[in-house]
Amino acid sequence: MKRTLRYIIFYSALFGVWTLLAKMKVWPPYLFPTPWGVAESLYAGFQDHTYWIAIRVSMQRVLIGYGISVVLGMILGLGVASNKFLEETMGGLLVSLQSLPSICWWPLALLWFGLNQNAILFVVIMGSLLSVTLAMEDGRKQMPKIFGQAGRNLGAKGFKLFWYVLLPASLPFIVSGLKQGWAFAWRSLITAEMLYLSLGLGQVLMMGRDLNDMSAVIAVMLLIIAIGYIVDGVVFKGMERHLQNKWGLTPA
Amino acid sequence: MSANVQPVSRQFPLPVEPLRDRDVKRGPVSVSDLDSERPRGVPKVGLSDICLSYRTQSEERLLALDHINLEVRAGEFLCIVGPSGCGKSTLLHLIAGLQSQTSGQILVDGKPVQGPGTDRIMIFQDHALFPWLTVGENVEFGMKMKGVPKLGRREKVEYYLSLVHLAKFEKSYIHQLSGGMRQRVAIARALATEPDVLLMDEPFAALDAQTRDLLHDELERIWSETGRTIIFVTHNVREAVRLGDRVVLLTFRPGRVKNEFHVDLPRPRSLEDPEVALAARAVLDELREETNRSLEAEYRNGIKPRIPPGASE
Repeated sequence: MKRTLRYIIFYSALFGVWTLLAKMKVWPPYLFPTPWGVAESLYAGFQDHTYWIAIRVSMQRVLIGYGISVVLGMILGLGVASNKFLEETMGGLLVSLQSLPSICWWPLALLWFGLNQNAILFVVIMGSLLSVTLAMEDGRKQMPKIFGQAGRNLGAKGFKLFWYVLLPASLPFIVSGLKQGWAFAWRSLITAEMLYLSLGLGQVLMMGRDLNDMSAVIAVMLLIIAIGYIVDGVVFKGMERHLQNKWGLTPA
Repeated sequence: MSANVQPVSRQFPLPVEPLRDRDVKRGPVSVSDLDSERPRGVPKVGLSDICLSYRTQSEERLLALDHINLEVRAGEFLCIVGPSGCGKSTLLHLIAGLQSQTSGQILVDGKPVQGPGTDRIMIFQDHALFPWLTVGENVEFGMKMKGVPKLGRREKVEYYLSLVHLAKFEKSYIHQLSGGMRQRVAIARALATEPDVLLMDEPFAALDAQTRDLLHDELERIWSETGRTIIFVTHNVREAVRLGDRVVLLTFRPGRVKNEFHVDLPRPRSLEDPEVALAARAVLDELREETNRSLEAEYRNGIKPRIPPGASE
């Protein structure tokens, strides 16, 4: 109750200041739209299906790219964690590569894949692969060794050992890395889409700029935030809660 | 009915006879005079000249196990005691095939051990149950890995859970159970793969005394009902004498077989039986020397180098 009240106070203050600034016409309306101008843009965008299509295209891309990242990242992370040579050589490389913004791969992606969907996917994968890999490596190391021993003792080996023991045992330690990987994938996708006409949310955002329609720009920004927030809040929070219940970990 | 109500007035000849002669002690012959309902004579597990050395972080070579020779009969309850750091847990890891010895051979049913196998299942001190699975799924795990069809698995899960009196908790998660219940699930999980040999690594060390007493009774009952061979590692001599047919004492670093004791006491036993206490004393007297050496090493070196689990050359 108290919390809801705080939310209401905070957001009405925010909208109040926004409306006030817009009303005072400090900046011309086409540069600084009112909240209802943005709401109208949102409504219109959904009405003529532009936003629906953009969301579908973007989600499809991010799911494919992120999915590939998760699979590759887990294999890579496991390899790095279980091989001393790889750990010493590739471990350092991975950490240093993480300081590279994923969009820096864009020029290479263009040359390698051409100006198409694959180039975008490549940037998305490069954006999230490292977080997943590092998370998996870390999770594999943090995971109590005894689970692996017990698993082998009970007859699990090879892929079965990985799938039924090592992966579930390390899940609580990698879930935050998976979440981070998702955030990076989403950001990389929008960035890449902004650089290339491609139907996605990033392109709709740039279209607003080209038309000097700031309320459309802000509307799309809100959409991007909302989707990122929903996936984080629903998918990853749900996963965390599920793990906490099973493992009996107290929520942090 | 149970042994702890027996009158104290029972006369006891020394129930434990240390076997001083090394030659006598290696062979399975010397145990033929023990209660003879169980099939005897075939060694289930045989260890010959097991040595294990490993390198410490300071590149020193340390001998952990030194020419261990041991034979365990089918259906025997063997306890291994020794001071901490004598390598008794490591010995179990070797038999389980989770780790390999530097030299020597381990035979199970006459075949050398090469890696883990479901004929030898380990029960760990901190139970090592999988927290992401329910109690039932934990018990089912080994059978699932073996490829036992689902229907047969269900039946076995029910059977083994009721054997440890936990049938009602099939759908619970591990963290919802008490320490004693967890250890019982671990026993059920181990038994469900139908191993010939149970390897128990200080399974009750972390439990409170009352729970431990109960689990001793249960383990003794399960052992006599299922006829499994049990190798039980503990630092608690009383526990070893209360449970074992035979107690093997290891020396402190390098681990060698110092002595063996046959515990020829009627079952079911109890920790409070004066015979058990008396028997334990004989073992304790010899163990004390080793414990002192272990402590001395600790004082001298500050921290004694631990044998990391899974360590080998």
